Amino acid sequence: MKHLISIEDLSKSDIERILNLAEYLIPVAEGKKRMEIMRGKILANLFFEPSTRTRMSFEVAMKRLGGEVVNLTSQEASSIAKGENLADTIRVISGYADVIVIRHSLEGAAKFAAENSSVPVINAGDGAGQHPTQTLLDLFTLRREAKLENVKIALVGDLKYSRTVHSLVKALKLYNAKIYYVCPDTLMLPEELVEEVGGERVALEDIISEVDAIYVTRIQKERFPDEEEYRKVAGSYVITSKILENAKEDLIIMHPLPRVDEITFDVDKTKHAVYYKQAFYGVPVRMAILCEVVEWSN
Amino acid sequence: MEQLTISKIREGTVIDHINAGKAPLVLKILGIDKGSKETVSLAMNVPSKKMGKKDIVKVEGKFLGEEELNKIALIAPGATINIIKDYKIVKKFKVTPPEKLEGILRCPNRNCISNAEREPITPKFKIVKKSTLFAVCEYCGRRFSNFEDNLE
Ligand SMILES: [Zn+2]
Repeated sequence: MKHLISIEDLSKSDIERILNLAEYLIPVAEGKKRMEIMRGKILANLFFEPSTRTRMSFEVAMKRLGGEVVNLTSQEASSIAKGENLADTIRVISGYADVIVIRHSLEGAAKFAAENSSVPVINAGDGAGQHPTQTLLDLFTLRREAKLENVKIALVGDLKYSRTVHSLVKALKLYNAKIYYVCPDTLMLPEELVEEVGGERVALEDIISEVDAIYVTRIQKERFPDEEEYRKVAGSYVITSKILENAKEDLIIMHPLPRVDEITFDVDKTKHAVYYKQAFYGVPVRMAILCEVVEWSN
Repeated sequence: MEQLTISKIREGTVIDHINAGKAPLVLKILGIDKGSKETVSLAMNVPSKKMGKKDIVKVEGKFLGEEELNKIALIAPGATINIIKDYKIVKKFKVTPPEKLEGILRCPNRNCISNAEREPITPKFKIVKKSTLFAVCEYCGRRFSNFEDNLE
């Protein structure tokens, strides 16, 4: 049996296989075609930290494939967290379900859950650690809406703490991507990651006419000592339709929602905005992941 | 010169070329404390041509397992092990750092599951040698090289 804990668990051909399957499953994700691959299977959503969007997209993915879902609410999860340990919780729940999806506040929790589970475990985000299903849906969006092989992409915002960025750059390396970093000094990607994946730091204006994609992340207020400092920095990384005047026709803008104010609303109406589609792609991609891990376990 | 510093042992292990000041940590790794029955001699800050200053630990009647050798290699990567039988060195070798390590180190990331109190979990690390030696936590991916601060 295998689990999906980190994007690094997957080879390029594993990724390709999942993305191809996701492509095939789009009509099912849209509800236009019915499929019962997961009939008789139960998914347990264990969200020890709330993330409505991720939890719901797994739930929809499982149900669209004819499977069933049991949820551990974050309230139940927090009361479990006070008494029982994670290992015991997983040992019990893996007896109830065919696949476990876990979101936890501690880094490495998903890997540890996998070690204690008798069914496949999918990591839906552990602390500041990994979030491989988000990375797969980001790759899928790039592949469908722009390009993946040799893509030129600008990563904008908080690159230091954004776990989605950390796993995305690792995956992009497999596709010979040209990566640009657009961020304040204090929020640059960790040095060891830059060493590993390459890429250069630039101003957005300098590369806007060249890039195929912009991946925007949120700059969080709590990263800054005072609000004034935050406002100065955050304001200079907002994507507006004015900035996009020099962009390529087919540039896409991605964001692992929810957004606050890092993309202005006037951008939503442009053809560059793919972030809602990107969110939808979470469904077919997670369907494909479910098929993959359940297949692994058979 | 070191022969004068501490007495010879009849049978056991001499750990030489320990980085100066690290001998107490070596004892800790060997599980030697005031409750132990082994006869132990310890010399610290012994002048050394190669190292400037070094520590030496001699343990009567003890031969080290692979795990203990691995751990010593982390905190004293230049250490030499001499196996003594009948007052003679029968085997001499340098320690080599392990590729994987379970236990003994604690992950410095406080938000790592391996530091969660009530979980039945043993910290696991990959040991990587680049320009220096560092450990990578197998759970959270944190890299660190300050081994002594993170010994169990
Ligand atoms: Zn760790």
